[in-house]
Amino acid sequence: MKIHEYQARQLLADAGIPVPSAEVVRTPDEAAEAFKKFSQPMCVVKAQVYAGGRGKAGFVKLVKSADEAREAAKFMLTHRMTSYQTGPEGVPVSVLIVAPGVDIAQEFYLGITVDRTRNTVTMIASAEGGVEIEEVAKKSPEKVIKEPLHPLLGLQGYQARELAFKLGFKDKMANQAAKLMMDVSKVFIKTDASLAEINPLVITKDGKLLAIDAKFNFDDNALFRHNDLVAMEDETQEKPLDVRAKKASLNYIALDGNIGCLVNGAGLAMATMDIIKLHGAEPANFLDVGGSVTPEGAVEAFNIILSDPKVKGILVNIFGGIAKCDVIADALVKAGRQIGFKVPVVVRLEGTNVEKAREILSGAKSELPTLQTASDLTDAAKKVVAAVGRVAA
Amino acid sequence: MSILVNKNTRVICQGITGSAGAFHTKGCLDYGTKMVGGVTPGKGGQKDPNGLPIFDTVERAVKETGADATMIFVPPPFAADAIMEAADAGIKTIVAITEGIPVLDMVKAKAFLKDKSPSVLIGPNCPGVITPGESKIGIMPGYIHLAANDPKSKKTVGIISRSGTLTYEAVWQCASRGIGQTTAVGIGGDPVKGLNFIELLDLFNKDAATQSIIMIGEIGGSDEEAAAAFVKQNVKKPVVAFIAGRTAPPGRRMGHAGAIISGGEGSADSKIAALKAAGITVAESPATIGETLAKVLGV
Repeated sequence: MKIHEYQARQLLADAGIPVPSAEVVRTPDEAAEAFKKFSQPMCVVKAQVYAGGRGKAGFVKLVKSADEAREAAKFMLTHRMTSYQTGPEGVPVSVLIVAPGVDIAQEFYLGITVDRTRNTVTMIASAEGGVEIEEVAKKSPEKVIKEPLHPLLGLQGYQARELAFKLGFKDKMANQAAKLMMDVSKVFIKTDASLAEINPLVITKDGKLLAIDAKFNFDDNALFRHNDLVAMEDETQEKPLDVRAKKASLNYIALDGNIGCLVNGAGLAMATMDIIKLHGAEPANFLDVGGSVTPEGAVEAFNIILSDPKVKGILVNIFGGIAKCDVIADALVKAGRQIGFKVPVVVRLEGTNVEKAREILSGAKSELPTLQTASDLTDAAKKVVAAVGRVAA
Repeated sequence: MSILVNKNTRVICQGITGSAGAFHTKGCLDYGTKMVGGVTPGKGGQKDPNGLPIFDTVERAVKETGADATMIFVPPPFAADAIMEAADAGIKTIVAITEGIPVLDMVKAKAFLKDKSPSVLIGPNCPGVITPGESKIGIMPGYIHLAANDPKSKKTVGIISRSGTLTYEAVWQCASRGIGQTTAVGIGGDPVKGLNFIELLDLFNKDAATQSIIMIGEIGGSDEEAAAAFVKQNVKKPVVAFIAGRTAPPGRRMGHAGAIISGGEGSADSKIAALKAAGITVAESPATIGETLAKVLGV
């Protein structure tokens, strides 16, 4: 799960980390008021969206008067932001922050994430702040410093000091930076984050340490113990179909092709996308119904696939283990009755309760007039690609 | 021969009274697994529908039944605790089926296990481990397998996979070509987990009955690249691999918490290149894993 920048700033501020003052606004007039309140020569207006690429899209703007602040806010609040991360439909903007300009002397990058090769959490720091850390890591990996946290004890003081000195902090500033690192690592652990970034962390010209921009992602699996975080989620930032899928406990990601997929297991779901492509077509989605899929969940899965107008055919690929084939077969029949399949549906079933599933499907010719069964994965891919090809022609 | 589990392995189920735990305890019993009991705190002293004794703690279960393996279906909030409890009770093979355990819980459990040899963890978020014809600990459909010592088995393979259902796919394709499985292990799709490719490649490499190895990976992380380097150095047996997610877009998590391409790391192409450079034969399609191995083995 993601949260907005202004919420991430709040998390940091609550932990005693210095963040520059800013106003959270929701209307152009509020933006103008905020500018006046700061009575500084310059402010920045930033749209609050989950996606990256704000700057290039014109959704981070320097303004020099209340009128400019109002205009910038008006533009952002009445346009969807599109960037390389959002797709052409973009995302809506309903919240902005207005913050006075900061005179930056030096910029740093500070991040924390789970390092799977070390099986623990790792702090990542660089004296090259304010830019994409991936780029820095690619061009000059020696400029990215990594410090693993002890899995049970967390970041220790000496580690934070070491990092601070390696980054070039000096004297008192090094102690402040080390304390900030300790505090961020504690917030990370406390919130079950999967990624925390301060980029940039800056030293201002008047010698202050400030966290200018912050980003937090959280481990979805741990949200059950973080109701306060769940309450922060902004569903308008997600695609509507993704939100629906999430509610039904389905792993769904919309893609650009025209063959809808319904599969159990993430690996098999990816492999099913791969084999569709291998046979010359493109998948319309990734959809893993998961192991403990309910009949209602499976029907909703078909609903979601069919509400994508690009879908010209469906491939159902189930290798039952913990998921049972007959549950999927039942759902297919129900979905046929409720929504009706106008596009070809190719079904490949194997594994737990497969015999029962085959019986269900063979008795449902009227509900599923476009159904074809496949004997294995290649057969299934060939059949669905051929069927969609015919539809397209 | 086999690795990790065999017909003598004595298995308990943690979470035996939950719906999944009960369903798959029955499935394992039907397969022939030596299930000896289960654990559900607060239900000690009762029996499950199959007549297996239920205990309050793993410690008690081990004492009473001599269990040396466990299959964990405990819900995600309590699953890491269940793993640690099993290790502390001296269980050797801990198979965690539970999906959705918080990553930071697994970080702790993994650190805890370091001091608890000889316990090994398989999973979480995995189908489990099976030595066909002997013992099935997990949720895989048993009938798709072919035992390595079955008269129909012409050659043998050990299978390691990050994906549950793709494991079944590989098993099924091998079985229908007369390639029996010594043991098949699903290592799970989580970023922090128990046994990984390298440990299992090592076990299969040393197992005399295993003639070849299939490893199934997916996008995300660099475990496959590390495994490739290990194979190049240490493994003389033929290895066939498949990597899922060639068509996955970067930056989107494909179901498994571990399956995400980020910062250019973990793409299918880089993994496939590393595997091929290590002399591993890579199947192009998920439907040709068995066929590819059959060709390599001359079956």
